[in-house]
Amino acid sequence: MRSRALGIAALFLLPNLLGFLAFTLFPVVASFALSFCRWDPVAEPVSAIEPVGLLNYVDLVGFHSRTDPGGQTSWVANTPRFWESLYNTVFMMLAIPFNMAASLLLAVLLNRKMRGMAIFRSAFFLPSITAGVGTMLLWMWMFNKDMGSINQVLAWVGIQGPDWLQSYFWAKPALMLMASWAGIGGVNMILYLAGLQQIPRELHEAAALDGAGRWQQLRHVTVPMLLPVTFFIFIISIISGLEGGFDAPYVMTGGSFGTTTVSLYLYRQGFEFFRMGYASAVAWVLFLIVFLLTMINWRLAEKRVEY
Amino acid sequence: MLSRIKSGPVVVYGLLVLLAASMLFPFYWMAITSLKDKADVFSTEPKLLPGRQLAERVVDDPRWFFHSGTDNYSQLLAWQRLVESGRGPRGFSRFVLNTVFFALAITLGQVITSSLAAFAFARLRFPGRKQVFFAYLATLMIPATVTMIPSYILLRELGWVNTYQAVILPSVFTAYGTFMLRQFFLTIPREIEDAARIDGCSPLGLYWRIALPLSTPALAALSIVAFVGSWRTFMWPLIVSSTEDLFNLPLGLTLFRGMYTDPDWPLLMAGSMVMTLPLILVFIAGQRYFVEGIRLGAVKG
Repeated sequence: MRSRALGIAALFLLPNLLGFLAFTLFPVVASFALSFCRWDPVAEPVSAIEPVGLLNYVDLVGFHSRTDPGGQTSWVANTPRFWESLYNTVFMMLAIPFNMAASLLLAVLLNRKMRGMAIFRSAFFLPSITAGVGTMLLWMWMFNKDMGSINQVLAWVGIQGPDWLQSYFWAKPALMLMASWAGIGGVNMILYLAGLQQIPRELHEAAALDGAGRWQQLRHVTVPMLLPVTFFIFIISIISGLEGGFDAPYVMTGGSFGTTTVSLYLYRQGFEFFRMGYASAVAWVLFLIVFLLTMINWRLAEKRVEY
Repeated sequence: MLSRIKSGPVVVYGLLVLLAASMLFPFYWMAITSLKDKADVFSTEPKLLPGRQLAERVVDDPRWFFHSGTDNYSQLLAWQRLVESGRGPRGFSRFVLNTVFFALAITLGQVITSSLAAFAFARLRFPGRKQVFFAYLATLMIPATVTMIPSYILLRELGWVNTYQAVILPSVFTAYGTFMLRQFFLTIPREIEDAARIDGCSPLGLYWRIALPLSTPALAALSIVAFVGSWRTFMWPLIVSSTEDLFNLPLGLTLFRGMYTDPDWPLLMAGSMVMTLPLILVFIAGQRYFVEGIRLGAVKG
């Protein structure tokens, strides 16, 4: 009977399980092993994969000392470009708290029984559905120095806009602006809206009776009640912020002007310079950072979120 | 809630309209640019308006719109790169067809494989169920950056680089879809299942005649999320396809983008419209399932 049950279950599971083994489980194991190897997939067959120990990791996150002609010794990163890409990625993640606040405010605005709220919700949600290469090209056009709509609007108020995507100072903020447009009205806003609808009315009524104004209610009732949702959104944003961010710089700037993210760096190393082992090491260092941050967040949440 | 405090509806509506307008403005800008010709863009007339020429021409002769107003679109669909290839034309229309094919195949594949697996996890008893399901859950945390290099190597060793299956297959198996549908299948009352079983219904019959029909909202939600995701997928097709006859719209559009020279913006915006408009239509048609999908998916947190 046991084996029969297993047989039937296997029939249902098999299609998904095979894919899971081939494209998730095998890759995870292989990627980890490969990160300790050296291999050029274009020049060599698979049999030429050669173990190199920790070399890729040393190359990636290690430092070496350098003595300049003056006799001063200093520590230099083995691969400054990796740290640069990590800096770029983290810099662009600074938008996360602002985006979350914007999502919350949109949700608060939408959370009322008035006509037309569904239409506004759809309008806010639309950018996140359509976000892709099409809208990236659209934003390239909007960011155009001479003819783009953003600089045209700025010109009305007498500001000469910069060449957004071709400037070390503005390229990152430009990509962040586009990501905010695509993100604030999306999933996070819907999650906040669902969270708001679960807050019992009595809490607000009680606060109002105690003389709490609108702002105080937002601060002392709404925000604390939404802490679990906020925490969830924060973790997801951190993960996708670190792991994602490939398409936009690839399409819009080619990674120049300080916009190379870690995932773009990884892609270049693996699929343009064909350093498969090294690129795998990048993936694991990144995963380790994500994993540690998520763990730290959970720990903090265990202390704060329960009330 | 805040709504109960009397803030003038006029203020609220004003704010909402302003916000919605600024969220939607890029779409408007994309649409009007796609209808202009290259000279319009370089002219000095105000560019935030549809363009004097455009407006006047349409007022003069509404038929003009269908003759010449959509020039960019017809030019785009006729675009082909003249390369000798045994695999059919490499043109823009090919990108469109590829995109549709990828999106439908991936969506169908995801719905079939994940609903089957979800049914097993939710409704069948078998040894090792908990352990296997836990392994699935754990993979929700594994990012694509980790799996993509070995997946590529695997497909290369199979000789599948630059094939349709290389683009489609890795996206077909989704732990997320399995998890989401499992949550939904769990809510189907046991009694219905028992009644069917007494009537001699086999597990496959239970899946096909009971679990699936009762889960249409969840299936619709998964389908829409899968369709939208695979319609705009970029990184994976970029990795496994190097010949243009395999390109989808996202990849194909990048051919028109000049990184250092100014591209033909109206033409490019017509291309962006072709990629974006179907997503807008799908969203309008299936919005309520979208929201459903987000709620079901978020339970995992």
